Amino acid sequence: MCLAVPGRVLDIEERDGTRMATVDFGGVVKEVCLEYLPDLRVGEYAIVHVGFALQRLDEESARQTLELFAELGMLQEEFGDAWEMAAAEAGVDPVGVGPVTEARLAEMSAAEVSAEEVRDR
Amino acid sequence: MKYIDEFQDPELARRLLDDIRATVTRPWALMEVCGGQTHSIIRHGLDQLLPDEIELIHGPGCPVCVTPLEVIDKALEIASRPEVIFCSFGDMLRVPGTGRDLFQVRGEGGDVRVVYSPLDALRIAQRNPDRQVVFFGIGFETTAPPNAMTVHQARKLGVENFSMLVSHVRVPPAIEAIMSSPSCRVQGFLAAGHVCSVMGVGEYPELAERFRVPIVVTGFEPLDILEGVRRAVRQLERGEHTVDNAYARAVRPEGNQAARAMLEDVFEVTDRAWRGIGVIPDSGWRLAPKYRDHDAEHRFQVGGIRTVEPAECRSGEVLQGLLKPHECEAFGTLCTPRTPLGATMVSSEGACAAYYLYRRLDVPAVKAREASPVV
Repeated sequence: MCLAVPGRVLDIEERDGTRMATVDFGGVVKEVCLEYLPDLRVGEYAIVHVGFALQRLDEESARQTLELFAELGMLQEEFGDAWEMAAAEAGVDPVGVGPVTEARLAEMSAAEVSAEEVRDR
Repeated sequence: MKYIDEFQDPELARRLLDDIRATVTRPWALMEVCGGQTHSIIRHGLDQLLPDEIELIHGPGCPVCVTPLEVIDKALEIASRPEVIFCSFGDMLRVPGTGRDLFQVRGEGGDVRVVYSPLDALRIAQRNPDRQVVFFGIGFETTAPPNAMTVHQARKLGVENFSMLVSHVRVPPAIEAIMSSPSCRVQGFLAAGHVCSVMGVGEYPELAERFRVPIVVTGFEPLDILEGVRRAVRQLERGEHTVDNAYARAVRPEGNQAARAMLEDVFEVTDRAWRGIGVIPDSGWRLAPKYRDHDAEHRFQVGGIRTVEPAECRSGEVLQGLLKPHECEAFGTLCTPRTPLGATMVSSEGACAAYYLYRRLDVPAVKAREASPVV
């Protein structure tokens, strides 16, 4: 959550007196507030955090950082379904009640299974 | 060289490592402050690629991890009320409070919703005028400006049913607290790049001078981190202690002035408790008096909730760099992502989660403890 993710501005408009942009984060598109970076233009890249553009970034750096965050699974954490991820981690159904299903078990990360194997040894 | 071929530019990585090896003459301990950097370091095995003389100590740079248990309990109390829609970032869902977490509160019928941006929570409030909408406002200097703008907008638009439970924290006082500790071993800092994107570097020269410690502003990519280490080690070997910006493509010296101005308007500096560490003077923000109407702690009268943190979780020592995650006896046994004792095991930026995820389970606890300076 503390991480900011680079994105590319697709379009800009005023909404309720606030400068807003549509921003592409390597395929995921989100609404982003430009009040802290009002002179950002369409086609430029910026570091975006929880829906706010915070600083400009050059295209090459933005691409490299996006690749790294994708590799670290951080884009999934930022833009994925938080309830599903939390449920998988907790080993329960996504609504937060009931036992883990076989399907949910299968979705558990290999790392977690591995750690349990180590623990059982 | 287990991982180096995975680097975007393996040749540059080799050159940086060669330069570090050629420079270092004695042991140095560097702290990376940001949890994102910790994950990048562990994922790419940077700590294993660096010469043995250089130890990377993981700092308190995960806002989820440092949020005190007491604040989580206040959030759980508010989220349990039937009139409340409680909005949070996803990584707070499984952070344990006393006995349960937000994920379980939803299972019990609480209206807990995950939002991408605090502005989403404000929109939910506008669409549900008959409900109380509360946003869980935690985070460092990167997250505080978006939250500040949201409170500002709520007041401007007259959205009276919106409030925020605020527990923001600031990095420089944490660095000061770490350096002031008698058991501190940190000799140089890799400062968190995105925090500096907002705040600039103006708060650091005084700290670098007072504690005679180099502070290098560093990004997240493996090459950024190696470059940060290279610059810090070069300073240490020369006996220097200045602030250096190794992430200039994203960090201007003055930061983002519009964001800083909004922070000053909406928040005021306050003492904050850090989970597992205790109160650090001036280390946080709370809403300024003129925004008190949007302060959830005041609106829901949860200021009286007091919680004692359990002793078995040693995340406080992990967050101060006094203990590596796998050196904790509970790591991987009592404490796993499924059964976390502390937030460092479930946060996406937590050091314990990084060690667990990337399988750093191979160091025997006893051996590690012998090598640890924990008192």
